[in-house]
Amino acid sequence: MRLQISHTTRYVFDEPIRHGLEQLRLVPKSNRAQNVIQWQTGVSGGKKELEYDDYHNNHVELISIDRNTTELTIMSQGQIELEETHGVIGPHRGPAPLWLYEKVTPRTKPGKECRALIRAVEGEGELERLHGLCRIINEAVAYEVGASHAGWTAEEAAVAGKGVCQDHTHIFLACAREMGFPARYVSGYLLLDDRIEQDAAHAWAEAHVDGLGWVGFDVSNRQSPDIRYVRVATGLDYGEAAPVTGTRVGGDGERLSVDITVQQQ
Amino acid sequence: MQRIVFAGFRGKAGVMTETTPFDEMWGKGDSLRGPYSAFQEWFDGEDHSRLRAKQREAEDVFRLTGITFNVYGRSEAEERLIPFDIIPRIISAQEWQRLSRGIEQRVRALNAFLHDIYNRQEIVKAGRVPLDMLKRNAAFLPQMCGVTPPGGVYTHIVGIDLVRTGDDEFFVLEDNARTPSGVSYMLENRETMLQMFPELFSRTRVQPVQNYPRDLRRSLGACAPIGAGEDPTVAVLTPGIYNSAYFEHAFLADQMGVELVEGHDLQVVDGRVAMRTTQGYQPIDVLYRRVDDDFLDPLNFNPDSALGVPGIMDVYRAGGITIANAPGTGIADDKAIYSYMPEIVEFYTGEKAILQNVPTWRCNEPDSLKYVLDNLKDLVVKEVHGSGGYGMLIGPAASRKELAEFRKKLEARPGNYIAQPTLSLSTVPIFTRKGLAPRHVDLRPFVLVSPDKVNITPGGLTRVALKKGSLVVNSSQGGGTKDTWVLGD
Repeated sequence: MRLQISHTTRYVFDEPIRHGLEQLRLVPKSNRAQNVIQWQTGVSGGKKELEYDDYHNNHVELISIDRNTTELTIMSQGQIELEETHGVIGPHRGPAPLWLYEKVTPRTKPGKECRALIRAVEGEGELERLHGLCRIINEAVAYEVGASHAGWTAEEAAVAGKGVCQDHTHIFLACAREMGFPARYVSGYLLLDDRIEQDAAHAWAEAHVDGLGWVGFDVSNRQSPDIRYVRVATGLDYGEAAPVTGTRVGGDGERLSVDITVQQQ
Repeated sequence: MQRIVFAGFRGKAGVMTETTPFDEMWGKGDSLRGPYSAFQEWFDGEDHSRLRAKQREAEDVFRLTGITFNVYGRSEAEERLIPFDIIPRIISAQEWQRLSRGIEQRVRALNAFLHDIYNRQEIVKAGRVPLDMLKRNAAFLPQMCGVTPPGGVYTHIVGIDLVRTGDDEFFVLEDNARTPSGVSYMLENRETMLQMFPELFSRTRVQPVQNYPRDLRRSLGACAPIGAGEDPTVAVLTPGIYNSAYFEHAFLADQMGVELVEGHDLQVVDGRVAMRTTQGYQPIDVLYRRVDDDFLDPLNFNPDSALGVPGIMDVYRAGGITIANAPGTGIADDKAIYSYMPEIVEFYTGEKAILQNVPTWRCNEPDSLKYVLDNLKDLVVKEVHGSGGYGMLIGPAASRKELAEFRKKLEARPGNYIAQPTLSLSTVPIFTRKGLAPRHVDLRPFVLVSPDKVNITPGGLTRVALKKGSLVVNSSQGGGTKDTWVLGD
């Protein structure tokens, strides 16, 4: 299946920007589940400085924001061919060593509530336990747009019992690592059956299972990624896989709008 | 300049026995050692009151030059002068040759180790260094995974701290692969000696150290990214005037003839890190940074840092700049890693280590911990990630209360500590009111690494405990420095 994706991020600032840099993690890579046909990033109100692959093997583009600008627009679009792998991405390839994904970050530190979720997990095999975890989090933490704060930790969302895909993913990471699995955050896109316009980019988790390698788990949809999922960037948590992260001087009064369309070709 | 070396006792089965340390001028007895013969002849012919006047004059020179250091942990950033002793520490050409071979071997191994752990981690797969050493190490910098710096060099400037216990016995006390400081003292000490005693240098062939800034510039330039051209642009990045080593940063930039910059002078421009000049932005090829990893880049590391350059790590990963030393090299300074250096040297060079390590007990190993707890009063215990002599225990000098408190710390977090025996460090005479008197010393040679060369400045910085019987060469605790001579062939 071939998808056409377009992702536009627009910042409008009340006060002009004096200096700013943004790291973009917007370009997907080919793997056994997806083949990137073509992809491009365009910027207005800024310019591309350089690009490289980071330690999670994400393709990063660094852009500088034009001095005195009050509007920055980042357009990412391309075509991608998807294969069904039932969420299996395969062996770890680096460059970061696999053991790094056992590392607990401040946002994925398990507390009492996460541990309670782990205790409810049943099953013998690794895969079975991970699917169980996925289901348990989905049942315990309601998907509710606007219910959580963007800066919430896994434990905060677990305590609140509600959140969005980012929160679901953080809880899964906190629990899976506590259970001994290397795990990582995935940001990407999901083709929804009933519409082209998406509310936001999607997020899910991957855990490393002996014999299979990396396997995806989408807690919000209670399933492993299928042919509708486009994988863009990975990291230890949202902070490392976010589509746009940056630092700015000036530019107070920021308003952000995101437009994403995913459609089948 | 903030580390303590302890010496003087050798503990055996709990019994403290004071031993006569090896004196580098007089050996174990009263027969003058070869390297000192010409010096001794000169000294015997000198009038002591003239020398005393010279000693005072030397101190004035230092005061005028402005070589001072700040003592951390004082209420105000107090500037102090490091005392200088006019009696040189003298090493023969043969001794130096052997030391140089050992230092070069060790530095090559350190670079190979750093490349390995940030790439394939073969040494872990081979079981020579346990995975936990990396996994639980705060100095392991994930952002370096997959990076091969320009020319493959990680530690461009290294200081290997050595101590001596006998005619032919040298030990490495620690490796400074992150930011070895003190080279400005080495240079100023020689400069002062040349001014004070020109006649001494005409009698003795002493290998020069004054080329260091030129060598540093050349060595850094040789590590520039591909495409930097014939004359790469080098700059020194300092945290600013409040840093304890600011003098050295300014001194080295000046001596190399390159710009001294602070974070706010630099910006990412056209995919490079560039410095603001009167002619606009000029891209930098090699940045000798004296800013710690964590503060180097607020976009990629500590976001609160005002000392760094946002995006410098992005430029680095894209291959647009050389950062010296490379980020993440601090893991090689780690004292638990240090204990594996004999294995590390052998693994990467295929040879036995020429320079010995001080025997080290890793307290995360139960048998070692038991030994350390049983013999605490005879040992030096150090924090694994600590530096500067902070948070360490010097058993023989500690009170009962201090020992008891440290025991608790060890039991609570054994993995945080290593322990070493107290070595009987060598002495070199200093000039006192009553003539020559032996004092304990250590040595930090400075090493420059470029893709095709390991350059070791003959000599280095000798630190000396100035108080009689004192066991501490630390500059903040009454330690001083000496000029270090390596004789010509």
